[in-house]
Amino acid sequence: MNPVFYESIGETVYCGTLPNGLEIRVVPKPGYAKKYAFFATRYGGMDTRFQLSGQWLDTPAGIAHYLEHKMFDTKEGNALQELAKNGAEPNAFTSNAMTGYYFDSTDHFEENLNILLSFVSVPWFTEESVAKEQGIIAQEIRMIEDNPDWQIYVRMLRALYRDSTARISIAGTVESISHITADTLYDCHRAFYTPSNMILTAVGDLDPVQVADLARRVLPAEGGPAIPRDYGQEPEAVAQRETRLAMEVSSPQFLTGFKCRPVPEGEGQLRAIVLGDIACDLLFGDSSPLYQRLYSQGLINSSFGGEFELMPGAAYLYAGGESKDPKAVAAEIQKEADRLVREGVGEDFFQRTLRANFGSNLRGLNSFENIAVSLTEGYFGGYDPLRFPQIFDSLTQEDVLAFLRDNVTAERSVLSEIVPKEA
Amino acid sequence: MTRTQLAGGMYLTCLPAKKFKTSLLSAQFVVPLRWETASANALISAILRRGTVTCPDMGALSARLDKLYGARIDVTVRKKGESQCVGFVASLIDDSFAPGGERLLEPTATLLGELICSPVTRDGLFLEDYFENEKTNLIDAIRSILNDKRSYADSRLLQEMCTGEPYGIPRLGNEQITAALHPQLLFEGYRHLIASSRLEIFYSGSAEHARVEAALRSALAELPRAAVEPPPELTPHVLPEEPRFLTERLDVSQGKLGMGFSCGSEDTAALLVGNTLFGGSSNSKLFLNVREKLSLCYYASSLYHRQKGLITVSSGIEFEHYQQACDEIRAQLAAVQEGRLEDWELEAAKSTLLNAYSSMGDSQGKLENFYLGQAATGRNESPEELAAQVREVTLERILQAMSTVKLDTVYFLQGKEAEE
Repeated sequence: MNPVFYESIGETVYCGTLPNGLEIRVVPKPGYAKKYAFFATRYGGMDTRFQLSGQWLDTPAGIAHYLEHKMFDTKEGNALQELAKNGAEPNAFTSNAMTGYYFDSTDHFEENLNILLSFVSVPWFTEESVAKEQGIIAQEIRMIEDNPDWQIYVRMLRALYRDSTARISIAGTVESISHITADTLYDCHRAFYTPSNMILTAVGDLDPVQVADLARRVLPAEGGPAIPRDYGQEPEAVAQRETRLAMEVSSPQFLTGFKCRPVPEGEGQLRAIVLGDIACDLLFGDSSPLYQRLYSQGLINSSFGGEFELMPGAAYLYAGGESKDPKAVAAEIQKEADRLVREGVGEDFFQRTLRANFGSNLRGLNSFENIAVSLTEGYFGGYDPLRFPQIFDSLTQEDVLAFLRDNVTAERSVLSEIVPKEA
Repeated sequence: MTRTQLAGGMYLTCLPAKKFKTSLLSAQFVVPLRWETASANALISAILRRGTVTCPDMGALSARLDKLYGARIDVTVRKKGESQCVGFVASLIDDSFAPGGERLLEPTATLLGELICSPVTRDGLFLEDYFENEKTNLIDAIRSILNDKRSYADSRLLQEMCTGEPYGIPRLGNEQITAALHPQLLFEGYRHLIASSRLEIFYSGSAEHARVEAALRSALAELPRAAVEPPPELTPHVLPEEPRFLTERLDVSQGKLGMGFSCGSEDTAALLVGNTLFGGSSNSKLFLNVREKLSLCYYASSLYHRQKGLITVSSGIEFEHYQQACDEIRAQLAAVQEGRLEDWELEAAKSTLLNAYSSMGDSQGKLENFYLGQAATGRNESPEELAAQVREVTLERILQAMSTVKLDTVYFLQGKEAEE
């Protein structure tokens, strides 16, 4: 385990790779009572079509998330309960491109880590146990279907993407998950839950060598082959300009999305993320002239916000919130982007935005979960997320304006709206 | 932890820590939760955040915060027991990480003081624009609770269960009262709020107590201080003779079930452990049975309202499973009351609580929220003392305390299409 020091942000990260291909990161945090472990596979809601043993497999939407639920089952019972007995707070999530399992605990860290590594690496399902989960996940899907924030976001992605699997809902639908069987779950586990497709991150007052030794003892000795995946052939144009749904909500809500050029894996992704964040701040962040104008006019309220996102083969920028006139706000965002490209950003505003963004990145390092998820995303994307201060030093106003000129354009934009149901 | 009185009714709680990247500074007015003032107090804090004499608009305020490396000052309105806490929470990067070696605590405290004591005014009132704008925003925020159906159902249950008691009042008050707020009366309300209510200040970060105290004394030198109202007595909850059952219909695809129980015991530590056994963790009776065994839901959990002696259960289910879910939740409560527990369950429930207490010091936000709750409800135990109380709880005390838990109100949010 080799230490990397990040002096300006006061962090050290120990990095290593086991012979089976597992990546390990340990971030020592002296003075904290809590210890946190995050074990993740590069496999998420987007990975529905892939090649296993020479065969292309098409799997149902929602299968990575379904697998996440079923991984907690063990031959002896349920890992959730095993961890909770030690006072650990275990949980898991599935995103578009990863599935992560984690816990935090103040005591019995090694024992808990052993449980985590074991249950995630050893699948145990039966047709009966898989069928029983249908009811639970169906209720999870019903819950998010009633959630306007989720609806508006997923519908924006479907408007942005025609073919990319970015448009697939991570949990799938009640219909799609009804096709999931124990056999398919075993196939997916065999393909993606191999040490060479995974990374373990531990944060807390920990000994890096002990963490690595434990992982070596518990996990399989060998990794698996790289799995080719098919994310679809996405054209440059958006799929649909506008989408609108009536729901039981108090006021209209909207998101306007811009389909950005995808960024290949490597250090360039970190630069793109920092650049995208700064572009958002300058264009419509709390300190921007646009935000202040729209807020004073009562066209937006404090629910307004947005960000830049990267996924495999996809990148997009979006903004939105509640508004009595979503179309007007979307038009103002476009106009402001055009103005910035034309007139530039004042140097004082640019410099203080960099400053504020640096502070907000630093604030993020208080959260163990945020550190672990960032390191994991960085590993999967081929960059080191803690090098953000160096990126800040190298960014110029011209970089940001070029980003806005290339990406925030009318042809690349979509509008997703939720409107209140007529009584 | 150190706690000092800075002036009449003004207290500073300092939680020194060098391990964070940030410092947290919070100033909270603690007032009785009342229909007459809840919305006004929420509106006052939102208007104050719009501008001060030296930074009269959002642009000037943001520029000042950006230069402090993106310090944030957020408006907060919280309910703690039957008190309402309104004010600001500031988060700033710790001085040790300021690239230029600047001191950031003092200028942030100064700005916080200006937000409270020196709002921008015209003719002795808040600016009309800010008043109208924030009034509309507050009404939108009150209405928007409908958008999150789980929170909506939880809040409706409490309102129905505690009708006529301050605990039933939502933290932002209601729409009608907000709509009727008047600029003149609101400004008088502001002057009364800052002069006559208790001010609780919290700091967590690397600075020494003396430095924090000096910064705040200077920042709040202008704060008027009159006689401060004593904290209100908690209204005891009245259990109805028979449980009440309420149904509401909205166009939703999942039903939301809320069940409220009243606790007749004063043994809060035993109720805390008892509630954790019942529905307070992913190891609880509700999780293991309503979700895992019967697959009725994705979430089913219970919350113990320590300050008010209530337990509420929240779950999302198919409409037609209403009766089955109600019956199962009551059966699981009965299992706890009768002590039908496996050996590991008590140990696990205690571990869950102890883990939460011992890791509280790792989060500035949790610490601030915890100590504010303690101060607002007149308690002074530290997380360590609460942990010690949990360790001492015996099975006998849990059974005794849980035997006093009685069903009070059931609320069900169901779909419009569902048949009668």
